[in-house]
Amino acid sequence: MSHSSSKREMSARARWQAWLPKLVLAPSLALVLFFVYGFILWTSYISFSASDMLPNYTWVGTHQWSRLWGSWTWGIALHNIWVFSLLYIVSCTLLGLLLAILLDQRIRAEGLLRTIYLYPMALSFIVTGTAWQWFLNPGLGLEKTMHELGWTSFSFDWLINADMAIYTVVIAAVWQATGFVMAMFLAGLRGIDGEMIKAAQIDGAPVWKIYLRIIIPQLRPVFLSAVVVLAHLAIKSFDLIVAMTGGGPGNATTVPATFMYSYAFSRNEMGIAAASAVFMLAVIAALIVPYLYSELRGPRS
Amino acid sequence: MTVISNVVKGLGCVLFPLALAAPAHAADVEVLNWWTSGGEAKALGVLKDDLAEKGIGWKNMPVAGGAGTNAMAVLRSRVASGNPPTAAQILGFDARDWAQRDTLANLDQVAQEQNWSEVLPQALQEFTKYNGHWIGAPFEIHSTNWVWGNKALMDKLGIEQPKSWDDFLAALKKAKDAGYIGLAYGGQPWQDATVFENVVLASGGADFYRQALIELDENALKSDTMVKAFDQLRELLTYKDSNSSGRDWNLATALVINDKALFQIMGDWAKGEFDNAGLKPEQDFVCFRTPGTQGAVTFNSDQLIMFKTDDPQQKEYQETMAKTIMSPDFQIAFSQLKGSVPARMDLSADKLDACSQKGYEQVKQAADADKLMGSLAHGYAAPASVKNAVFDIVSSFVNSNMDSQTAATQLARAVQGAKS
Repeated sequence: MSHSSSKREMSARARWQAWLPKLVLAPSLALVLFFVYGFILWTSYISFSASDMLPNYTWVGTHQWSRLWGSWTWGIALHNIWVFSLLYIVSCTLLGLLLAILLDQRIRAEGLLRTIYLYPMALSFIVTGTAWQWFLNPGLGLEKTMHELGWTSFSFDWLINADMAIYTVVIAAVWQATGFVMAMFLAGLRGIDGEMIKAAQIDGAPVWKIYLRIIIPQLRPVFLSAVVVLAHLAIKSFDLIVAMTGGGPGNATTVPATFMYSYAFSRNEMGIAAASAVFMLAVIAALIVPYLYSELRGPRS
Repeated sequence: MTVISNVVKGLGCVLFPLALAAPAHAADVEVLNWWTSGGEAKALGVLKDDLAEKGIGWKNMPVAGGAGTNAMAVLRSRVASGNPPTAAQILGFDARDWAQRDTLANLDQVAQEQNWSEVLPQALQEFTKYNGHWIGAPFEIHSTNWVWGNKALMDKLGIEQPKSWDDFLAALKKAKDAGYIGLAYGGQPWQDATVFENVVLASGGADFYRQALIELDENALKSDTMVKAFDQLRELLTYKDSNSSGRDWNLATALVINDKALFQIMGDWAKGEFDNAGLKPEQDFVCFRTPGTQGAVTFNSDQLIMFKTDDPQQKEYQETMAKTIMSPDFQIAFSQLKGSVPARMDLSADKLDACSQKGYEQVKQAADADKLMGSLAHGYAAPASVKNAVFDIVSSFVNSNMDSQTAATQLARAVQGAKS
């Protein structure tokens, strides 16, 4: 084997190695470009078209958008998603943080407890929704059990009460996601430099002050991640609502995602459905894009 | 080339989940439907058997759930991808929507042979014909202004079959006072709307029903008559139990069957539940038109529409299928199993049960008096967008303490919004 041929081989291999990742990534890039970004564009176009039962590419300007904003149910959906997201994000974050701090006290069987708290996240929303629907249904679950145990004045009918039903969805959603948020915070807590805490302890700072002043401020990136993850889960919430309340009673728990499904598939109003989908995308983008930007740019700051 | 075609196929896969389903074998007909429960599936089996006798294979394509919503989504994807089934079960305005898009086969020849224009009631022809051409073969006529009552409970409480709305409420009150549920109620939007259309018909009469819910006249929708109808609905709702939210219609029927509730307002498919429980019409349970709506009938009807095809054999099968569906024997056999009445008005009702016999007479009379009108809750009064806009308001009304004036105003606004 001559020296020069091995050198040529080397350079061919180097070129091959430079090209390989690009080659491997190209199909998936093309697919993502087409199926994700292509269809975002397509849906955006549909929201300005006369589409009803089937796509119809006649341009009608902002007609569908004004019908969307004039819709009674869309108002309810927006109100619900606001209430739901706020309560969901705040409760999950606070409960998750509390659980993480308690688990971080070097207790026995921590691994077991952590698993128990984390498991709800492994369930699909449909299962969670169905289970909670049974549990909270006054004729089947909690209320009936209490009555049978003799506590006849017990009443918990939020699920079938149009004013309260959205809160039952919050309860189920929080139950499911809290363990996950806890795991995120737990990882964050484990990453905190112990020296600093020891120093504070030597200075005689009380425990709550150590948490409030030293530990929690250092968890800032975890908070950010948790909020972003929870916020997009909240806006996308669909299956949980469908399984638990079906958007009811009446349309009291309609959210933008169920609104979109109903307009696209049962009301023959594809244009309005597309407009609501684009609106949801815009809201999620408004949350995620700044976050991604700050993350990607991270090392420099 | 293969990559491109794969991408195109993949695209089809994502856009239209069933686009790649193998096309029906040449000797089969493929029929999309949502008849999956006991009585319905049995009724459809009659068609399958009739076709088998004629040597036509059957490829069933059932899509369960959502009162046909899921099936319609599948149908849309099939048609959009250029691979429609031979035929599809469809309701009311949806048939027109497909005809508008010029996707349906023309059934004029069969219709003329069997004289459809004479035997079908005019109100139904509005939906089986489009622009003067026949597009669908109706299986049956269901009507939605029925009350189903528990006979034993009525006897026990000394309740006569109510004739007027006031009698009806008085009977419900008697049951409630005796510790029973007055009205068995399922709190789902379409059921809310079914009861609502009964109340509108009872309180406003046939002309008002037509004006408000079929012609969608804005003034009628927000009129005092409509306000009164909402008042009456509110009063009626005081006789349901508190746990009705989200309940399926058959569970509500079960309350009547199990001596827990006195009456249920529901279409005549409810009879199938009584049949399955081994109860006899007019002996164990009673059926009567919703008090105040006598003389008028709100109907819906399952039709089979056929999709255009270039295959002469499929075309022939489509015509055979339409002919079979409209044949007198099939119409009777189907309704016996489905609980409905025949769509043809020229048959003898001898083989039907007591309730259907009564119902068939009433449908005929209503058709003659021009009081046979499409049901709003079942897509025979207004297009899907308007129908669902009405569902929104009625369900909100049922599930909140919205006052009647607001409800009527919102109803008019929602209908206008959906129409535009």
